Amino acid sequence: MKNRDLIFEKSRPGKVGYSLPELDVPQKDNILPDNLKRKEPAPLPEVAEGEVIRHYINLSQLNHSVDNGFYPLGSCTMKYNPKINEDISRLPGFAGLHPYQSEDMTQGALKIMAELEKYLCEIGGMDRVTLQPAAGAHGELTGLMLIRAYHKHRGQEQRKKIIIPDSGHGTNPASVTMCGYETVEIPSDDKGCIDLEALKEVLDDKVAGIMLTNPNTLGFYEENVSEVCRMVHEAGGLLYYDGANANAIMGYSRPGDMGFDIIHFNLHKTFGTPHGGGGPGSGPVGVKDKLVPFLPNPMVEEEDGKYFFDYDRPQSIGRVRSFYGNFGVLLKAFTYIRMMGARGLKQVSEDAVLNANYIMEKLSKSYYLKYHRNCMHEFVLSGKKQKDEHGVTTTDIVKNLLDHGIHPPTVYFPLIVEEAMMIEPTETESKETLDNFIEVMEKIAKMAEEDPEKLKEAPFTTPVRRLDEASAARNPILKWEPEE
Amino acid sequence: MYPKELKYTDDHEWIRVENGKAYVGLTHYAQEQLGDVVFVELPDVGEEFEMGDSFGVVESVKTVSDLFMPVAGKIVEINEGMEDSPEAVNEDPYGEGWIVAIEIEDKGQLDQLMDSEAYQKTLE
Repeated sequence: MKNRDLIFEKSRPGKVGYSLPELDVPQKDNILPDNLKRKEPAPLPEVAEGEVIRHYINLSQLNHSVDNGFYPLGSCTMKYNPKINEDISRLPGFAGLHPYQSEDMTQGALKIMAELEKYLCEIGGMDRVTLQPAAGAHGELTGLMLIRAYHKHRGQEQRKKIIIPDSGHGTNPASVTMCGYETVEIPSDDKGCIDLEALKEVLDDKVAGIMLTNPNTLGFYEENVSEVCRMVHEAGGLLYYDGANANAIMGYSRPGDMGFDIIHFNLHKTFGTPHGGGGPGSGPVGVKDKLVPFLPNPMVEEEDGKYFFDYDRPQSIGRVRSFYGNFGVLLKAFTYIRMMGARGLKQVSEDAVLNANYIMEKLSKSYYLKYHRNCMHEFVLSGKKQKDEHGVTTTDIVKNLLDHGIHPPTVYFPLIVEEAMMIEPTETESKETLDNFIEVMEKIAKMAEEDPEKLKEAPFTTPVRRLDEASAARNPILKWEPEE
Repeated sequence: MYPKELKYTDDHEWIRVENGKAYVGLTHYAQEQLGDVVFVELPDVGEEFEMGDSFGVVESVKTVSDLFMPVAGKIVEINEGMEDSPEAVNEDPYGEGWIVAIEIEDKGQLDQLMDSEAYQKTLE
């Protein structure tokens, strides 16, 4: 298929996609020192403008996105991103701002940051929020650095252990290691929640804190969360709330009220801003009063109606990001919150939970559910039945979803469910979309039964079929090189 | 699938004692669950671990998991072949796919491990 040639492979010597006017000033040579000069010209592709456009437009049309199909990727909250967020963030007054402009010239931007902070405080039940972290994992690291600063300030530097349940997000232990701390894993109980006995065993004066998602990765609300908070506080530790699953609780329950000291929000999940490469992300971190002195510099403050950056905070952990965070993304989240309003946000969580339970109940007939109880905004289905009875794996099942224009759910995570498929529909999908997904999943279950060998070859209609993931991971080709 | 002369752990490692040292690797069941192994992170020779300590990491296309010491001991040899061909864990888990060799601290700990039959029971 021609479409899949690399732009380099479309190159033909001598083709150009531009024309420059003739040089009409004296040419100056030798401006660059010799050691900075290339020995030979860079092997850039030689293509015409029209070919470049077609190449990238064709590539972009191979993408799956939430704008062209259902995207139930568990734990990622792939909700529809309202386009008004884009409009607002592109208003010339915002888009043309430079972070080096003076406070006098940027009062509007500062006011928006201050108000967004207030909204996030209210939603999370926190006292102050820093908007700097550029992603969820960056928020985690910032939160852990705050925990470290807190213990250090109190002369408790021996506290180096962070407790994480076995259903926790993979980024949690990674952030712990980045912060120079050590992870202690505790198991889940038979209901998929924190095992209080196991928690009790690991609590001592070496514990710096615990990182939790609530609802947890299995999609369940931690019923004993208050007791967990009490136990960890009593042992002198702090509680960190990973906000990855906050889409389930807005307006119903606040991490601050549960007893958490720190929270990060994923604006790109909960607050309708784009994900990843289309983002960037944004991971503001909220804290209770006792941690406010340690928050990154600067904080936005207001005095007599005038907003300013406060750097006079001697206990601050310092900056965690250049300038003031991903301001364009903050604007989009601000717009989202203002458009939804308090009641709207509550409705978001209500519908997200309803949609997940609807799919879970329907699919529990054709698939195995390790934990069959009311879920929150997502649930973990298993391909175990299909694997045991027909030798078809979760990989085979979700590859076939691609043939139906549906993005696969998160698979093989969490690790405590065999052949896991973690499904999060979000609140922005219609009943028709949910029904179509259910129908497709049932069709695949039937195919697993009737023609397992065929299903193992899925996908059938995608631009590329089953990829050799093992070779790609063992011998990755990371850059194009001209043939000898 | 589960050779009689080996001892097994709950975490799906096997251990084989031979000529004063013991080889450690992952079981057939473990490699099947992991899927294609793409990377194995090994300890340094000379490092010492307690029974149940994590001594390395195995990464597959599906997941990443810790490797646990079946018994306490010192690393005396690592399988250098893992760097270029981690697929040996899948293709020959009890042979070319061995991961480390250790000097056992307390042979008595071997008695706490499972034999082939007991291990296979846990898989049912």
